Amino acid sequence: MTVLLETHNLIKYFRGVEAVNGIDLALPAGCCFGLLGPNGAGKTTTVELLEGIQEPTGGLIRYRGEPLGSRFRQDIGIMFQSTALQDYVTGRENLRMFASFYRRTLPLVELSEACALGEFLDRDTRKLSGGQRQRLLLAIALVNDPELIFLDEPTTGLDPQARRNFWELIHRIKARGKTILLTTHYMEEAYHLCDEIAIMDHGRIIAQGAPRELLAAHFDDVVLQLPLADFPDPAPPLTLTVMRSRDAVEILTRDVNAAIRELLAWNISLARLQIRPRTLEDLFLELTGQGLRA
Amino acid sequence: MNFKRFWAVFVSRNREFLRDRSTLTWNLLFPISLIAGFAVAFSGPGLALYKVGVLGDTSGGSGKAFLNTRHIQFIPITDLAAALPKVERHQLDMLVDLAGRRYWVNDESPKGYVLERVLRGSDVPATFDKQTVSGRAIRYVDWIAPGILAMNMMFSCLFGVGYVIVRYRKNGMLKRLKATPLTPLEFLSAQVISRLWLILATTALVFAGTDGVIGFPMHGSYLDLGIVFLVGAVSLISLGLIVAARTTSEEVAAGILNVLSWPMTFLSGVWFSLEGVHPVLQQCAQLAPLTHIIDAARAIMIDGAGLAAISGHLLALSAMSVGFMAVGVWLFRWE
Repeated sequence: MTVLLETHNLIKYFRGVEAVNGIDLALPAGCCFGLLGPNGAGKTTTVELLEGIQEPTGGLIRYRGEPLGSRFRQDIGIMFQSTALQDYVTGRENLRMFASFYRRTLPLVELSEACALGEFLDRDTRKLSGGQRQRLLLAIALVNDPELIFLDEPTTGLDPQARRNFWELIHRIKARGKTILLTTHYMEEAYHLCDEIAIMDHGRIIAQGAPRELLAAHFDDVVLQLPLADFPDPAPPLTLTVMRSRDAVEILTRDVNAAIRELLAWNISLARLQIRPRTLEDLFLELTGQGLRA
Repeated sequence: MNFKRFWAVFVSRNREFLRDRSTLTWNLLFPISLIAGFAVAFSGPGLALYKVGVLGDTSGGSGKAFLNTRHIQFIPITDLAAALPKVERHQLDMLVDLAGRRYWVNDESPKGYVLERVLRGSDVPATFDKQTVSGRAIRYVDWIAPGILAMNMMFSCLFGVGYVIVRYRKNGMLKRLKATPLTPLEFLSAQVISRLWLILATTALVFAGTDGVIGFPMHGSYLDLGIVFLVGAVSLISLGLIVAARTTSEEVAAGILNVLSWPMTFLSGVWFSLEGVHPVLQQCAQLAPLTHIIDAARAIMIDGAGLAAISGHLLALSAMSVGFMAVGVWLFRWE
């Protein structure tokens, strides 16, 4: 498969701080690539280096085998996490302004339909809801029919319904063969949308691959989940790995039948037992630690 | 330079300004209100004080009693050529040269007539030579109006470009534009040209509005005045660009713009003539574009000066424009 964007030993230092420390990436054409990481992991810096917003301290970035140049600017679309739009200007006027920057553009009607802008296309951008604003920003990112689209935490702050709607839009973009680089804090989103993910921490990539492959490589167990109220206190001396949270107990096991037998042997009620597979969130927390980061 | 991209940003910025009714109204109403306020405040009889310019040495024998007359302000004068127009405009009620045994009054000035009677009744010899000048009285509002127009233009240029670009940088708009094929030159040109025509248009409206109500003297050419405001606006916008080039905080930008604009307002002779201030401050004032705009505008409006007479001011403003613009573009960063 053709590699659209690649980096070799990408480095970025800020006054002695190693924000990005030797990253090698390759984005195949048509792939949705997820870049995940806790706050301060270096993913925003990495993305801004890839977008050409920042200059790297060292290493190489190549788009279609060439350094980032005017063709790259024409070929990419970017949706930043927080971008203000000009006040007192409508969505249509914003789209027209951005469209004028590019040689190739999508028809406004097509964009409006693809991003469901119809109802608010002629509304002042100050009067848009969060979801409408994100859809307009996505439309602006798509205005030049880009080959490569950067989506930086596109659904942050959206309600669940708006988030699902947004996922649908991204699926439609993927279906048109576009390449997407997505950063997100929502593991479910990454699992749902990405063909490949890379988890970053301390400026390095610590895991990379297809979500299912990564989960299979790191976990061979499942999680039995019980409400905390259904678990005896003090806890019986189980041979299982038990983790308590504020309102639930999670038991990790490779053998569900044996685990259930042991729980029943201690007369623990399984009426509200839930069994779930390991998720990207489990993987993320296991690889990056559970502590909060500033 | 891609004209299509420049034009798109230019149109968009115009829309933003023209649809922001509160800003637009403020830009129009503030200077009109200020000028109207001064017209009302200084329309009365004013202070019952006579102003006499005294040229050269006063240590001679005659005229001492006249110089001791109460309720007359005696102002030392060194430059006859500069003082005579003040007598013509009624800014000085009389000019006397005790050593040269002569005096000047304006034939149309009632105060000049009274002062002449006082002079003749004092200790000066009858051989004192009377010389007359003529000219319409210049009201304070006439004198201050070019200053207020220029000052309004200055605030609009500095804050309308400097502050707006910093706001774009802070809210991520510039970062988003950086990720497009738009170049800094296209973006900055659009900002400058947009603000330029908007300022010239609002200044013309304010001029017409206040002139219609108050009535300014306009002895020069409107085209010349337009050229002064055009070159002046470019220099001020360019100065705003320097402030906006890298500043990332609106608060810091506002602070810097205030530090630039307020001393300029006071040193450039908006409110009062600089003749009495310390020579060092007068020299400093020459470094400010506002000084040249106001001096040139007053020369055109009040004295009827042509472009040749104000060429020094135009040259200074052009040099500042080129210098400020070059530094602004050189310093500019999207982020």
